[in-house]
Amino acid sequence: MKEQRQHHPPTWAQRFVEWYCKPGLLEDLTGDLNECFERNLQSGGPRRAKLIYIIDAFKFFRSYTVRRSIFVNLFMNRTMIGSYVKTSGRNIMRNKLFSFINILGLAISMSVGLLLIAFVLDLHSYDRFHKNGDNIYRITNILTASNEQNGKFATTSIKTGKLIRDKVPGIEEVAILRNNFSGDAKVGDNILPVTGFWAEPSLFRVFTFPMLEGNSETALKDPYSVVLTETAARKLFGDRNALGKAIRIDSLAYQVTGIMKDVPFFSHIRFEALVSLSTAEQINKSNKDFAAWTNMWSASVYLLPSENADMAAIRSQLNAIAREENLAEENTRIQLELLPLYNVVVGESLRQSEGGPGFTGPHMSPVVLWILGGLAFIVVLSACFNYTNLSIARAMRRIKEIGLRKTIGAGKSQVQLQFLAEAVMISLAALLLSFLLFLVLRPLLINMAPEMQRTVQLALTPSMVAIFVVFSVAVGIVAGFLPAIFFSKVSPINAFGNVSSMKMFKHLTLRRALVVVQYTVTLIFITTTAVGYVQYKNILAFDLGFSTANILNINMQDNKPDAMLKELGEMPEVTALSRSLITTGVGNAWGGNMKYKDSRDSVLVMTNHVDENYLPLHNYKLVAGGNFIARPATAQAVSEVIVNEQVLKRFNIGGGTPQKAIGEQVTLNGRKMAIVGVMQDFHYGKVENLIGPVAFTFWTPEDRTIISAKIQSANPRATVARIEAAWKKIDRVHPFIAEFYDEAIEDAYSEFSTMIKIIGFLSFLAISVASMGLFGMVVFTTETRLKEIGIRKVMGASVGNLIYLLSRGFLFLLSVSAVIALPVTYFFFRTVVLPNFPYHTPVQITELFTGLLMVLLIALIMIGSQTLKAARSNPVAVLKSE
Amino acid sequence: MKGTNLGEFEELVLLTIAALINEAYSVAICDELSDHTGRSVKLGVVHSVLNRLEEKGLVKSELGEATKARGGKRKRFYQLTMQGKAALVNAKSMRDQLWARIPSLAWKKM
Repeated sequence: MKEQRQHHPPTWAQRFVEWYCKPGLLEDLTGDLNECFERNLQSGGPRRAKLIYIIDAFKFFRSYTVRRSIFVNLFMNRTMIGSYVKTSGRNIMRNKLFSFINILGLAISMSVGLLLIAFVLDLHSYDRFHKNGDNIYRITNILTASNEQNGKFATTSIKTGKLIRDKVPGIEEVAILRNNFSGDAKVGDNILPVTGFWAEPSLFRVFTFPMLEGNSETALKDPYSVVLTETAARKLFGDRNALGKAIRIDSLAYQVTGIMKDVPFFSHIRFEALVSLSTAEQINKSNKDFAAWTNMWSASVYLLPSENADMAAIRSQLNAIAREENLAEENTRIQLELLPLYNVVVGESLRQSEGGPGFTGPHMSPVVLWILGGLAFIVVLSACFNYTNLSIARAMRRIKEIGLRKTIGAGKSQVQLQFLAEAVMISLAALLLSFLLFLVLRPLLINMAPEMQRTVQLALTPSMVAIFVVFSVAVGIVAGFLPAIFFSKVSPINAFGNVSSMKMFKHLTLRRALVVVQYTVTLIFITTTAVGYVQYKNILAFDLGFSTANILNINMQDNKPDAMLKELGEMPEVTALSRSLITTGVGNAWGGNMKYKDSRDSVLVMTNHVDENYLPLHNYKLVAGGNFIARPATAQAVSEVIVNEQVLKRFNIGGGTPQKAIGEQVTLNGRKMAIVGVMQDFHYGKVENLIGPVAFTFWTPEDRTIISAKIQSANPRATVARIEAAWKKIDRVHPFIAEFYDEAIEDAYSEFSTMIKIIGFLSFLAISVASMGLFGMVVFTTETRLKEIGIRKVMGASVGNLIYLLSRGFLFLLSVSAVIALPVTYFFFRTVVLPNFPYHTPVQITELFTGLLMVLLIALIMIGSQTLKAARSNPVAVLKSE
Repeated sequence: MKGTNLGEFEELVLLTIAALINEAYSVAICDELSDHTGRSVKLGVVHSVLNRLEEKGLVKSELGEATKARGGKRKRFYQLTMQGKAALVNAKSMRDQLWARIPSLAWKKM
């Protein structure tokens, strides 16, 4: 045992024992705890020893050890709580307006909290159904290569899995999953597109996917075996027995060797079918790259270490494997890392190669959750401020009550408890209301984005409801904290003396500060929404360098385009047609290596394969040369390329005059090609990407096809329906995938619109809450100053004077908030958001001020209506009453 | 009657106190019990049993000398009282009587 520094048991736990334990037993008991602590220190280290000490300290809290007086106190407080509830209830009923403002404000803001809680709980329930879930790890690949593919990948190579299985001790099971199995399953006339994975038998030992029929040990062993989920089997086979039946998927024949239960919703691995990995191995037998160490784009490896495995040893083994394999590689270095299964969905953002969106399952970065949590927290806090503010403002009315309580014998802690109980009651009442709001808002949130529907359900569970209640109590405590402190300090002598002015002024600054904070936050929210919305609209309306209006992009999937082109050509509404490999400007990319005269200087250029109609249809502007001249029918025969200005700049072709570049030879992906045209620069990627070199080559029938159809029709939707009908004639199996170019661009920026919607919603809530708080304050102030107003009126003050007098203070606070909020928002966009968008438009003053104007307008209506009422009141009526 | 009869664990604790003679304090009793019975005995349980035995008057206790080891806290040493001894003897004789009643022939058949 090496020398260790002195460790002590946790002081708070010691204090806790001293607090509750009978004096007679105390010495012996703490002695025993100390002895155990020292013993555990030797055997299990300081952390463990401290933990056991704390647990034991709570375990000794038994009827025979606890001092009588503690029971008495707890009991006393219990009876008092009944009284607090009663007086609080009376107080709530007496001040209906203020209670209403408080409850409504809290309810509105808490509904956001509830949504967020449900959202986070859902994300944290992912993969929890696996029996060994807390012990499963996924391999993360960290790639350092000479090109720009560097980063952390969720995928790894098949070889990694095999090496781990063979070489690393302490691993019970390794499951290799190869992504992206998809095809059309065919049984008789029944065709169903299925997606899934190539997998091994060990999958069923690592994960808990119950098998209904078939043997899970052997089902995925032999080549050409397929395991279907219950639903997929029913769709394909109906009520007939599927086990052992033959099935065709695309062109290959498989045998159904198992039917398993459907994959639960909260699984990050989702599939309809599993095909044995040996199938993939057989198909790729001659493909050397299939099992290569660097082929890390399409497989996931999951590990299940044995029960008492030494994780540090396993990690060093993984490093050793990586070191050995990297020796053989020249430009690539791959490191292996372990990611616990429970951190797959909520955890670090990992890259994946282009293989369909999110094939490694849903993901949410904790940073986003923290940001959302922070925003929700701010809104809830704002409602808490309302409560604090209004309670303290109305202190005068309750100071006598506190004075009396204290005279009778209430201590500070009891007064505090009373006010906390009152706040908690209000917040529990608000919980009921906010729960209704939660039910209303839930479908709106889920339907906001398709990813949302795939990711969360937000279904109610008992634990969720329990957390809701805890949340609401916590909100109550936060809201009631300052009033509780404030009221507990009231001294009975002052309470019965001259109350009118003593404490009020001391806390005026606090209240003012709260209002300023509230309005600053509100203004930041609303100006962010306004600026964000304008920027978003600018992005959508951005001139990409080509035309996208009225163009319908039809994804031909695996079909040849000719039949569809013929159908489309016969429709009068379709004025032009073209074929291309991909749709640009929405984030899709297809790349190639280009070289000019210097064979060592190669550049990654973005490419697209387009036909002769593509450029005129999309209005691409040529600065030199013309369209493709040759019409090659195979990829081998392609010999012409149209490039953008960036390519000329990069290779310095033509020395600044595009015309000179025509006819120059470049090498694209190892093939010599002649430049026949030069396009003006346009946005190939999204607006946040800088424009880089782009080259178009001719589309050949070997490529997949997107048909672009220019549509001129009074009713585009009807035309699309007709096109869909035509599609049905050509492909009866696959659903029609087509989208207007403008909509595709909108979709490409859907994360922005989602973000704007969320912040817009939050700012709406923040405004409502802050306005309600302000309203409450104004009502209170005018009420308390009614007499003053009456006297001023008698002395000759005009209505205008009075309104100015009453609203002056509030307007000052609002302008302080504006002075803080507007620059903050402006600099936030200037320095944080907009630098990500090289082609953005600057933030305009108008956007900043529209938000401010709106908030001011609402505030003025609130203040104006009340002050006007007060100013117009008849002084005779006001001054008469006492 | 409840209270006069010994529970199984209480009996074990009493026996351990008797066996440890002058060294019978909570942690030692707990260790001794763990060693001899082979089950893991929790300190909290031993504590509450000792407390109960003392309430029943079967053991008495006094605080020992302060040492450095336990953070300067004194140990509470336990001793059997006359009633405690009687309760143990009583329990043993009751068992012996029952054992004696089993015919050896019947015992072997089982």
